[in-house]
Amino acid sequence: MSIGEATSEQTPDSTRMRWRRSGGAALVVRGLHRAVYPLLGVAVLLALWWYGGHLIASDPATESFAGFGPGPTFASLADLIRSGQLWGIAYPSLHRIGLGLLWATVLGVPIGVSIGYFRVAQETTHIPFQFLRMISPLAWMPIAVLAFASWDGAIVFLIIVAAIWPIIFSTAHGVKRIDPLWFRVARNLGAGGGQMLRRIILPAIGQDVFAGIRLAVGVAWIVLVPAEYLGVTSGLGYAINDARDTLAYNDLAAIVVVIGVLGYALDRICLFLIQHFSWRVEL
Amino acid sequence: MSSHRESSAMSARIAIDYVTHTFRGQPTATLEDVDATIQAGEKIALIGRSGCGKSTLLHMLAGLMLPSQGCVRIDGRRVTKPSAKWNMMFQKPSLYPWMNVRQNAALGLVFAGQGRSANTRVDALLDLVGLGDNKDANVQQLSGGQQQRVALARSLATEPDLLLLDEPFSALDAFTRSALQDEVAHITRQRDLTLVIVTHDIEEAVAMADRVLIMSRNPGTIVGELRVDLPFPRDRNRAEFTKLREHLMNKFRDSGDAHAAKPENIGKDDASQAAA
Repeated sequence: MSIGEATSEQTPDSTRMRWRRSGGAALVVRGLHRAVYPLLGVAVLLALWWYGGHLIASDPATESFAGFGPGPTFASLADLIRSGQLWGIAYPSLHRIGLGLLWATVLGVPIGVSIGYFRVAQETTHIPFQFLRMISPLAWMPIAVLAFASWDGAIVFLIIVAAIWPIIFSTAHGVKRIDPLWFRVARNLGAGGGQMLRRIILPAIGQDVFAGIRLAVGVAWIVLVPAEYLGVTSGLGYAINDARDTLAYNDLAAIVVVIGVLGYALDRICLFLIQHFSWRVEL
Repeated sequence: MSSHRESSAMSARIAIDYVTHTFRGQPTATLEDVDATIQAGEKIALIGRSGCGKSTLLHMLAGLMLPSQGCVRIDGRRVTKPSAKWNMMFQKPSLYPWMNVRQNAALGLVFAGQGRSANTRVDALLDLVGLGDNKDANVQQLSGGQQQRVALARSLATEPDLLLLDEPFSALDAFTRSALQDEVAHITRQRDLTLVIVTHDIEEAVAMADRVLIMSRNPGTIVGELRVDLPFPRDRNRAEFTKLREHLMNKFRDSGDAHAAKPENIGKDDASQAAA
């Protein structure tokens, strides 16, 4: 009798405990907890934007710029998506940045590996590279225009100039951080130069290379838009210019939103790759 | 591969011919006139205080360093670079964290272009060193002793004739250390490998070696030796073991600086050394 009472009292409690231990409730609670602050941040940004838009729209002197408010912007964005125009605007930009990053990686990783591996290479390149790195990629614009036959070529060149430095330095840093014993052990096990590169060096620095690419994406994405103010007739930068000239401020703001969202997405991709190539384990 | 095995014995004979080494920028020689012969299949412990150059000498046997004068020969051939015929283990296991246990152990075979046939051989070795249940484990999650076992399997996978150990157990706890000493002693005897272990642990030397070479420092050279004629497995509590350990300890203490144990004093009885 008393035993029966005790179990009937315990049962609901222990099932709840079991459910919680199995992760159901805890997962939901933790998920909400994690989402609260990011959502709050987004809400504050939207609120500020809305308030700014409201101020602009309610002042007769700035009334004509009311398109910058979130309402008209999102309406325009929805139109761009629905009509399929958005892809046509974004694709040339993504193509240019992809091409620029590819070249920056193809050139930057071997240079970075040499700098990290050979002391002579590091000492020789240090001053020239630090000097070149400090020159804004946009300062190369007139030279790029002269040097390249096509506008597209000039833009890709500017992206390479912007993106290559973080890739070089991050790769070199990764190589320098490699435990020297890893080289000795590999040589001892009979590794040749190519095997050392493929089996030891590249896996060891994978995460550093992608960390460099992530930084490069940040810089290149910022350089891309002003570079597309050059003679080209496609891409996000061109679309912004075009919207300004036609006084379509809602379109202009919509493109700005697209730039931000795409930039954020590119960054997340890089972050995923860094984690994928990271071999460090939290114990 | 198999023809190479037939042409040479399973163990390597090492000749160290008057090796002298001075590191660049250093006024005195780290090693001076080191001259010794290690017979095929012999198990040698090289002991000495830190800075006596014992680790440098081992690197030269491995072909990872070249002496400024003199040379090292293994099976009559001058050692100038690393080879799959011998393998060195270090104090740190130095495993590659992006590879699992099996991939780490198979690395030497992959380098030799035998990656395809590696799995069965590597699996057998991992069973041998007691890692049968951890073949797919992340090496970063293994204990220090387990990591050193992976390194041992990696060293054995290329079927070397000679195993060179540079204080490989000194970072382990006492229990794991003695277990691994016994295992390596057993495996090297079973496979008839030549073994050279550098250590500053007297007990380790007596537990593993047939012959202990004692080195002095300033300059580093071999100043004495001790034969260890004890059967395997060696019981560390047996009277013969403790006696040899004490004997070696006394010799070792006397070898602290070169003045106390000049080469000419070698072979003289203990009384003259104690008086010096």
